[in-house]
Amino acid sequence: MRSVAEPATTELPARTVPGPRGPAARAPAARRLSSRGVLGTASAVLLLVFWALGRRLGYGLSEYLQLLVDGTVTGSVYALVAVGFVVVYRVTGVINFAQGAFVMLGPMLAITFFRTLGGSGGLALAAAAAAAVLATALVATAVHRLTLHPARAASALTRIIITVGVYISIQGMGLIVWGPRPYALPAFTTLQMADRLVTVGGIAVQAQTFWIWGTAAFTLALLALFFERTVVGKAMRACAVNRVDRMATLAFGLAAVLGAVGGIVLSPATRPTYDMGLELGLKGFVAAIMGGLVSFPGAVVGALVLGVLESLWAGITLSGFKDIFAFVMLIIFLLVRPQGFLAGKGEVGH
Amino acid sequence: MRGLSSDIRALVAAGALVLLLGGFEMVRPGGISLSHLSGGLVTIDLLIRAGIFTIILVGLNLLMGYAGQVSLGQAAFYGMGAFFSAILTVKASVLGIPAVVAKAWWWPWLVMGGAAVLVGGFSFVVGWVILRLREHYLAMATLGLGVIVYIVLRENLGMPQLNLTGGFDGIVGIPRLRVGALAMWPEARYYFLVWGLALLTIALGLNVVRSPVGRALRAIHGSEAAAESVGVVVPLLKAQIFALSAALASLAGSLYAHFQAAVVPDTFGFVPSLELVVMSAIGGMASIWGAPFGALAVLVLQEVLRTRVLGLVPVVSGEMEPVVFGALLVLIMMFWPSGLVSSYWGRMAARGGGDGPAAGGAPSQQGL
Repeated sequence: MRSVAEPATTELPARTVPGPRGPAARAPAARRLSSRGVLGTASAVLLLVFWALGRRLGYGLSEYLQLLVDGTVTGSVYALVAVGFVVVYRVTGVINFAQGAFVMLGPMLAITFFRTLGGSGGLALAAAAAAAVLATALVATAVHRLTLHPARAASALTRIIITVGVYISIQGMGLIVWGPRPYALPAFTTLQMADRLVTVGGIAVQAQTFWIWGTAAFTLALLALFFERTVVGKAMRACAVNRVDRMATLAFGLAAVLGAVGGIVLSPATRPTYDMGLELGLKGFVAAIMGGLVSFPGAVVGALVLGVLESLWAGITLSGFKDIFAFVMLIIFLLVRPQGFLAGKGEVGH
Repeated sequence: MRGLSSDIRALVAAGALVLLLGGFEMVRPGGISLSHLSGGLVTIDLLIRAGIFTIILVGLNLLMGYAGQVSLGQAAFYGMGAFFSAILTVKASVLGIPAVVAKAWWWPWLVMGGAAVLVGGFSFVVGWVILRLREHYLAMATLGLGVIVYIVLRENLGMPQLNLTGGFDGIVGIPRLRVGALAMWPEARYYFLVWGLALLTIALGLNVVRSPVGRALRAIHGSEAAAESVGVVVPLLKAQIFALSAALASLAGSLYAHFQAAVVPDTFGFVPSLELVVMSAIGGMASIWGAPFGALAVLVLQEVLRTRVLGLVPVVSGEMEPVVFGALLVLIMMFWPSGLVSSYWGRMAARGGGDGPAAGGAPSQQGL
């Protein structure tokens, strides 16, 4: 974990971004170093525990590699969701709980559109996915215009509770429209429900895995280009200082696109349901917190670390406890290192 | 002194109303029950649940409305109380508690009190640590705590061989409460017990708010640094109020367990925590009297959505409840962040309409 975290600090230019208002933002440098030490020690202990428990189960290298690969798959989706949280937080200062709803709307709409288009063929699938992403983005911008925009003068907490209400409402509509049963989207490679298995060095990988990795990498690269190269993107980064309303709406749309893409690309590997957004939304949020909530690279690294650790944890403990891991991480990070593990000097706090 | 006497008057009025409703339900003049009068909306069952939620909400309002510390995981403490009572009464033999003790009438009461003390102590320690966090960081930490407790309950405390919490299915067959030979049942009797405790809780809440502690809490809400500078030990006071709110939630959980006679973890998950926030928001967070109004308003609304609206929209395959619920939360936060009930009382007071129950207690109309 440390080895991943170290080099990335140099890639982060010191920007003027809203720092977390947690206590550590005001903590002296010595405190920060020690919190980093705590985190390093904790991760070493955690890896030792993983290793010991895995040995008891007779795990070899290939089992660990399998868990690692599985972890990067969910981690990639967490990354898309987490970056969505960061986009909105940087522009509006709000933790957008509705993000989970967009993660659900993406695949559910894609499945509905795909069926409307006949339910077969790669072109139909691509068109349905694109339309679903667009529709989700439209919903998100409308939601922002109708709820958070009028309440922009309210306190951050009031606005966060508003996004919680939006989430509950949209998920409720999802239940009414799609019912409680799980749906399915065909795998992108075979265009069938059954996916092709690719075996590399004794590790079985679904072909969809490559789609998930590829889509996440491609989408995040596009986003980076948008922020670095376009006028609007640069303006949005500047909004971190001067929050402009139109930029806030755009941020909501962008976050929804990221969430919807993540949900869609994951759905052939899982079975989307009306309430899938809760888990993915919360996990994406935890990843964003691990990255410090204002850093894009931080959110991506946080997501991958969370995905992998969670996968290892699930592999060696009772499966029911899988979901606890992310929330324990959440509390640890909030308390010990709210600025995220990538943050260097000058990254956060004023 | 004016504030004090208005509190007592309001408490007496509320007590009289509780007696009136309960007495009506017990006597049922001419065979008419509350359910008949309200077209099936307000039943004794609903009133009991409103009383249970009132106990939680008084604590939650002290924490959120007065001290300004948000909890998105309050249902966890509610669940801890409920499962404490359920496990120690139903599964006493598994834990090696002799039947003589477990079957005694005082045992569930002892468990109830013990659970409140333990949950309060637990949350004091937790609160001491996590209440260092501010605003949304605190909100997220309490959310995480709530989810963790929920999963631990769902996964049998990590000890499936003992099957203490019963996993997803929970625990059934929780005994009714008794005092000696006098059973706290049928429902009308339980109603008096619950509302008696609820009124005591309200009195306690009013007492806290009117005392120097209440002023200190409001000072924390305003500015922690300023509160510190005038001698308030901020971390201690925040942890204490967090512990008090958790202990009250635990007490409510125990009352719920003995009322429903069955508990499942899903009653205490993430969405129930949000429902508590909605109730608190509707009643008015910065208002002790907002608690019973918020609880009643939400429960009646849920009843309307369940029984009335569903029939109007025949095509829906799911329930309308969450949609309306979420939309309501959004609207209240947008337009009445200090709560529907306390906004109303605030207006009445401003118009010179005397002191409404909440008028003296609301420190400010800023809500969150």
